[in-house]
Amino acid sequence: MTRDPAAKPADLAPELARLGRRGLLRRGLTLGSLALLTGCGDLSTHSGIDAALWAMLRFDDRVQAALFSRTRLAETYPASRVTKPFRFNAYYPVWEVRPVPDNWRLAVAGRVTEKASWSLARLRALPQQGQITRHICIEGWSQIGQWSGVPLHLFLRRIGADLRARYVAFRCFDGYSTSIDMASALHPQTILALDFDWHPLTPEWGAPVRLRIPVKLGFKSAKNLQSIEVTNRYPGGYWEKQGYDWFSGV
Amino acid sequence: MQRLPEGRRPAHPLPVRIMHWVGAAAIITMMLSGWAIYNASPSLPFTFPRSVTLGGWLAAGIAWHISAMWVLFADGLCYVGYGFFSGHFRRDIRPVGVRALARDLGAAFTFRLSHRLGHYNAVQRLLYAGVILALCIQVATGLAIWKPVQLGWLAGLFGGYPVARGIHLAMMLGIAGFLVLHLALVAFFPRTLVSMVAPLDAEERR
Repeated sequence: MTRDPAAKPADLAPELARLGRRGLLRRGLTLGSLALLTGCGDLSTHSGIDAALWAMLRFDDRVQAALFSRTRLAETYPASRVTKPFRFNAYYPVWEVRPVPDNWRLAVAGRVTEKASWSLARLRALPQQGQITRHICIEGWSQIGQWSGVPLHLFLRRIGADLRARYVAFRCFDGYSTSIDMASALHPQTILALDFDWHPLTPEWGAPVRLRIPVKLGFKSAKNLQSIEVTNRYPGGYWEKQGYDWFSGV
Repeated sequence: MQRLPEGRRPAHPLPVRIMHWVGAAAIITMMLSGWAIYNASPSLPFTFPRSVTLGGWLAAGIAWHISAMWVLFADGLCYVGYGFFSGHFRRDIRPVGVRALARDLGAAFTFRLSHRLGHYNAVQRLLYAGVILALCIQVATGLAIWKPVQLGWLAGLFGGYPVARGIHLAMMLGIAGFLVLHLALVAFFPRTLVSMVAPLDAEERR
């Protein structure tokens, strides 16, 4: 992981282009015409079309929740199928990966009875479970990896979580956040991963603890966890508030 | 078959005309939004110009795609049901023999293929049957890559998630190819466009 400042403008170019386009878009909309042609319908405006698209995303979430099975497992693979090299992915480039903060502890909050934070050693002392599963990105690409760690259902019971709460929210020390429904959180393959590729997680793969949830798209498997909250209030997330559909089950 | 007084019939019955245009809108919406999704991770060495995509970026492309999906699904179900029960598939779409196809293809390539409103020649039958099949595969692979775990059996049927995604892209290219040909043929016979909007009489053999 080398820090290469020269790479920065190029890496930011697509994002800047998108933001610039959004500015153009809003100006286009104030002209109040040709809504579709000016790009309205990209989820960034308060237009009727965008409102309709957001409503369809909410409808899609309900359909996906209905399709979800608590017992159906994601396909698992032999070690020989693990993708090498494994592709790094985050909302920032690899040279912006944060080191684990000193005195890191995993905080728990919300509808739980045991609110004490967790050290890595204490998490390691819990029963561990491994998996070799396919990580499917919302962009369409996919890769097979190996992770192991603490089953989330076991952790949630250990902290006395209200298992009838609606959401489990994850906050990360790299500024990322996401949230999942309780049914998916309790799925047997949903784990708090401590190891990747048979080694303890390193920062670019989500150290010291990440979520690994093979029944959802890759962006739900939050890395570099800082806190877990059990809540009934919709927590959203970094991508979700920009328009990635919230449920994003696979 | 819909009958008008004096034994006349429209070239295209009203249900076909309605389902054609609803389906056309849904398919074009899905294709253009699909291009926005494709651009996020192109598996061929090109991307689509953003100005022709619907949504402009991944999340909005998906939102359009899953919205139009319901329209296409409902329209497709109605059309397939209608096609079987009204005899439309058997009478108009079912491909005819190889000999008739060779004859009509030969005529088409020498620009001598006649077109009578309300009648389907062998080339049309092949094209329409082909695009209906491609659309069915497109819906199935789309479901497979939308839910590769919950519909794991479907993804498995296509050889797994990455293969199903490749087939989905290939079918899109096939449907796009059909559209180019279809529009070119409509340009040759502009009255077919009118007949898909208004109840023009079918042309009987003279």
